Amino acid sequence: MSTHNEVIRRVAPAGHHRINDLLFRLRALVALIVLVIIFASLSPAFLSSGNLMILVKHVAINAILAVGMTFVILTGGIDLSVGSIAGLAGIVAGGLINTGLVLPAFGVVVYFQVWLVILLAALAGSGVGALNGLLVTKFSVAPFIATLGTMYVARGAALLISNGATFPNLLGKPELHNTGFAWLGSGSILFLPVPIWLMAVVGAAGAFLASRTPFGRRIYAIGGNERAAELSGVRVGRVKLLGYMISGFCSAIVGVIIASQLMSAHPATGETFELNAIAAVVLGGTSLMGGRGGVGGSIAGAFVIGVLADGLVLLGVSQFWQIVIKGVVIVVAVLLDQMQKRFSWRERSS
Amino acid sequence: MSEAPALLRACQVTKHYPGTLALDSVDFEVRGGEVHVLIGENGAGKSTLVKLLAGVEQPTQGYLEFNGRAIRLESTRDAAVAGIGMIYQELSLFPNLSVVENIFMACERTRGGVIDRKAEEQIARGLMKRLEQDIDVHTLVGDLPLGCQQIVEICRALARNVRVLLMDEPTSALSPSEIEVLFRVIRELKATGVGIVYISHKLEELMEIGDRVTVLRDGRLVESAAIADVDVGWIIDRMSGRRWAPPAEHAECAGQAEVLRVEHVHVPGRVHDVSLTLCAGELVGVYGLMGAGRTELFEVLAGSRAAAGGRILLGGSRMEHLSVRERIAQGLALVPEDRQAAGLIPTFSLGRNMTLASLEAHARHGLLSRAEEDASASRLIAQLRIKTTGPAQPITSLSGGNQQKAVISKYLLTKPRVLLMDEPSRGVDVGARAEIFEIARRLASEGVAILFASSDLHEVLSLADRVLVMARGRLSASFARSELSEQNLMAAACAKAESLHVNAQ
Repeated sequence: MSTHNEVIRRVAPAGHHRINDLLFRLRALVALIVLVIIFASLSPAFLSSGNLMILVKHVAINAILAVGMTFVILTGGIDLSVGSIAGLAGIVAGGLINTGLVLPAFGVVVYFQVWLVILLAALAGSGVGALNGLLVTKFSVAPFIATLGTMYVARGAALLISNGATFPNLLGKPELHNTGFAWLGSGSILFLPVPIWLMAVVGAAGAFLASRTPFGRRIYAIGGNERAAELSGVRVGRVKLLGYMISGFCSAIVGVIIASQLMSAHPATGETFELNAIAAVVLGGTSLMGGRGGVGGSIAGAFVIGVLADGLVLLGVSQFWQIVIKGVVIVVAVLLDQMQKRFSWRERSS
Repeated sequence: MSEAPALLRACQVTKHYPGTLALDSVDFEVRGGEVHVLIGENGAGKSTLVKLLAGVEQPTQGYLEFNGRAIRLESTRDAAVAGIGMIYQELSLFPNLSVVENIFMACERTRGGVIDRKAEEQIARGLMKRLEQDIDVHTLVGDLPLGCQQIVEICRALARNVRVLLMDEPTSALSPSEIEVLFRVIRELKATGVGIVYISHKLEELMEIGDRVTVLRDGRLVESAAIADVDVGWIIDRMSGRRWAPPAEHAECAGQAEVLRVEHVHVPGRVHDVSLTLCAGELVGVYGLMGAGRTELFEVLAGSRAAAGGRILLGGSRMEHLSVRERIAQGLALVPEDRQAAGLIPTFSLGRNMTLASLEAHARHGLLSRAEEDASASRLIAQLRIKTTGPAQPITSLSGGNQQKAVISKYLLTKPRVLLMDEPSRGVDVGARAEIFEIARRLASEGVAILFASSDLHEVLSLADRVLVMARGRLSASFARSELSEQNLMAAACAKAESLHVNAQ
């Protein structure tokens, strides 16, 4: 416990130390830049605007999921239900557009305008997130198990709503005032596709929330030491619940975007998305133990995964090798996280 | 004793860490059958030296000798093989395993490759008997109070038949009677030729148990001497490098208005019908042995533990249905006992740890203001004289005393009217302890009512305006400053169940 900080005799210059430290913390960004340079020099097609646009649109899906996932992982939890929530939200949106909300008790069918449809889908996603949060906080179910359960429940609910089928042609009808759903997935603002804007907005809002607000600070505090946070007056249960709701909300956004891009809602949408999102968060330097990391890293992590996939395709690397390489990259990222921990442990253990 | 050859010797050991020099050419030895006390303020290098001796870390320069032969300890396993055992200051037990499983962790007694549970149990029971402890060896360690856990830690070292035993603050969680037992065990080990290196901040303890003392300061050896030739003043002079003056007489309580009133608080099996009052500017100690219910009482007051009954009034308004957060907002805060487990966010910087309980006060329109956070942190760093490079320094790289000051700062920023402090000087060195006392007195003189729990007689005697004694979950006595004496306090702390019922108004 006695530490060396009071023996202030520096052996190494401080500046050097700090730059290394910074590069290490921004390692996802560094890896991203290195990857872009490598692929750009190996394949001229890589930096073409067409390729980049497709690449970023792909990344946007995973990045939005990863932003929500970051809040959960920062508290020391995990959310396995994000893929299923995306599927459920897509089905909710598709169902509301194609068949409307059937209320047998009143004998009416209600159709909503598109923005309300999107809002209701997002509410459904946040609702499942809230269920996750309640299971974890009120009933002390381990996050892995709680969200594993809701992963199945949400997927089953999506299948039940759609009866296992796809809601096709989500065009809406002019007489019902619910057209225009395609804009979300395929429209563009200032030459950039809407999903990319959504990623930017969700990413910026997430980063802002995490780093600048009392709520964000409390998320980090809970991941660092839950008991100390509680004794400092942090309402641990409530903050965690909000974290899971943010994750559910982001997942629902993703589900709606995909449904809009395909103009159809399929109940199997989003399978294995949770793993990609977790991989992006971990690649971005967020510790699975909680308390360390950030939203920016997760977005960089999503880009690393996306750039890697895209670049390897352009280089003609076999699909099987692509999977192996992705796995290796994730493990290396976790090894780096371990190194960081050992590094800081050494610093304090003197 | 002085003629015995050195059992374990460190020769001119130096330890560099990135950026700092933790230990600078230190010579140190422990002989068979002696207790060699190692002392110094936090950051002096004691823990580093012990870690080198235990094989946790390797010296950058210099070497170790065991029984006159140079050895290299690459790991704690090497050290264990050589017969060097270590009792860590922060307990290193497995709360999810039983006492016997903990004792034999990584040195299981086996028969034909299978754990020989009968033999293990027998040895464990034998050790408990030797330590005069009545702990069931099948209890989960996590269910034991801290003091008992420390006993398990000691059993663990004993089960390995050590020749050198390194003890880093072994008594920080023990009650006086448990310490007595520990000292008896230490003397017994001495008699069998075991060499003991003993780190503690409690000077009286060192004078009682030590044979030799070595003082470290800023990573360098200041002086070694036989305990018989020195006194407490000598040690403090060398530790701090300044002259030691006895603590000043402190001001009488101004006897202002009552701020906290506790009536008939009850926690089944832990706290029985406790009532007390606290006035503004009063500094009241709660003394008691381990398990007397002090921590539980404090937790009930702070809102982190549910009570079965009773009323808590702060400035006349009811508190018992409020959450921790609401109580903090009303001005009732608790500095918890276990700094690592309940006080600090290890992933945060010093500054962020300080502002955690008062984030709203540092936010504008829902946004945290870094400037205001830094200003608050810097103000308290100066006020509490925290040794640090600044608010951005990682909290884990601060010494124990400074970490404790950070936790206190965190609650001071909530502007408390009543500050509860549970064992505020646990694991803190002498210099920082005096500073923490001074902080408590200054706060009291500014009108904050302070209730602190302690199991250290001298701490209570030197600090409190008034002392409440707890025994077996009840208040057994209340003493004004003029009535205070060690005998009074001890007698009340050990009081029998029948005679317990006092309302400390």
